[in-house]
Amino acid sequence: MTLKNRTVWCLTIALVLLVAVQPVLPGWAVNMIAMSLSNGLVVLGLLVIMRAGLVSFGHGLYFGLGGYGTALGAVFLGITDAFVLVLLGVIASTVVAFILSFMIARYRGIFFALLNLAFSMLLFGILVNSIVLGSTDGFSVPVPSYFGYVPSSAETRVSFLLYGMICLVVYVSTLAVHRYLHSTMGYIGEAIRENEVRVDYLGASVKQAIMVKYIISATLAGMGGAFTVLLIGHVTPEDTVYWTRSGEFVFVAILSGTGNVAAPFLGSAMFELVRTYALQYAPEVWQLLLGATLLLMIMFLPNGLWSLIQSNDRKREQT
Amino acid sequence: MNTALEAVGINKRFGAVSAASDVSVSLGINEVLGIIGANGAGKTTFLNIVTGYLKPDSGVIRYRGRNITTLEPRKITQLGIHRSFQIPQIFPKLSVFDNILIALGIAGSGRKSVWRPLLTGDSGDAADAILVRYRISDYRDREAGLLPQGIRKLLDIAMAMVGSPNILLLDEPTSGVSADEKMIMMDTIMDVLGGSEVGVLFVEHDMEVVARYANRVLAFSDGKIVADGLPEKILNDPEVRGLVIGNELRVGSNRE
Repeated sequence: MTLKNRTVWCLTIALVLLVAVQPVLPGWAVNMIAMSLSNGLVVLGLLVIMRAGLVSFGHGLYFGLGGYGTALGAVFLGITDAFVLVLLGVIASTVVAFILSFMIARYRGIFFALLNLAFSMLLFGILVNSIVLGSTDGFSVPVPSYFGYVPSSAETRVSFLLYGMICLVVYVSTLAVHRYLHSTMGYIGEAIRENEVRVDYLGASVKQAIMVKYIISATLAGMGGAFTVLLIGHVTPEDTVYWTRSGEFVFVAILSGTGNVAAPFLGSAMFELVRTYALQYAPEVWQLLLGATLLLMIMFLPNGLWSLIQSNDRKREQT
Repeated sequence: MNTALEAVGINKRFGAVSAASDVSVSLGINEVLGIIGANGAGKTTFLNIVTGYLKPDSGVIRYRGRNITTLEPRKITQLGIHRSFQIPQIFPKLSVFDNILIALGIAGSGRKSVWRPLLTGDSGDAADAILVRYRISDYRDREAGLLPQGIRKLLDIAMAMVGSPNILLLDEPTSGVSADEKMIMMDTIMDVLGGSEVGVLFVEHDMEVVARYANRVLAFSDGKIVADGLPEKILNDPEVRGLVIGNELRVGSNRE
């Protein structure tokens, strides 16, 4: 079985397992998995552009647009259906990414990273100054319905339907990204990272390729933001758009590695797990733990957690 | 011979330095045109202008009658004018196979494909066939950036050739390659080109290589064309030797 097929099989098995074990898992675990998957979508988006050698320190912008798009749809437009609300969030992030991509695709390196940060801080500034949107306090989002079905009050906010929807959407999105990364356009990302001049002289448009990757990346981030807001039931600028949120996504992306589309979810789950326990048992030194982890990762696993799995694969192939 | 590529009255200055001064060149299909000249004579500048990397201050580049002077490099490539570089432009961290595979993917109908897998049985076979044709299949899975200069040059040229160009521009294809391997390398390139309708323009410092493979030679000096004609005539012209070659070596064409 090729590595490519194995990824598809592993993702499929993971989907079945995640859905199957939901009824027996405690509420906090279900919530943690759902949050990991939602945040993992944003990191998956970062993976798409990182494969092209680009890092964004402002993906909180699209995470926030997805979250606010969903929340605004629920509160101000009166939409109750979860699918439509998520779609609204995704559309908001995708449209903004499409517009900004014309400018952002011209920049590389630190300029690309900081330009994204600049736009995210612009949105943050607008949100904290919008009294109607709750300013820094944000606003609450009602429990959504699912094709007309409204979960009973006995169920937690993270109902089986929301959890199942997140699992399914994450599964489909990850497979789609996997397929994309193995297409010509996907490989062009790696080619761009290596040598833009040659890509140009092979007849491909570097700018167009980066724009497409950027929009895909923002769409995934918006999706992650939409799900997160539905999971939490509340949206604030600080939890979505603020630069520390963007930094957290980059942190998880480095922790995960870019070797496989499953890596962001592995990294995200690890991050959520460490954060949950660290906040419970060592709340005073949580940030210290975070910094130490990043330092160790850069020193000993520069290609992220996924490189451990890749090196095991190589050893197995050699024996 | 049908003219495929034509440069008329090209001028280009970099500050006080004139890199191209009223340069006019034509290249026919199946013609192999060698460009010689001392360092700084304007040879690479001319290639960069033809392929859109630099825009001339004045003058026109036509390809099959179409004005391509202001087109971007990728548009010029899409029209069928491909090039290799003095410093090989490859994807250094990727394997040799992946380098060719990506070039094939972009050149093929899958250029805009976001869904069809790049590596299929057919594309893999095609990439392997190219590696065999260029005699670099031994390096298939090696990281391209770590290969010897000659192999990187061949890979660069192979990538330039993948899209079946009508015009191929080679910038110093044998520079950095050992004397023993130069002719082998050029033979490999010419073997691949054999039978295809391609006009070749190559910049070269090695006069033996020029004499053997070019069927017409242009000599550049200080951004100007100082001679244009058959290799045996140009390479033995005392004035050209003085300006370009700088020695008394008498070179005869031994092209077969």
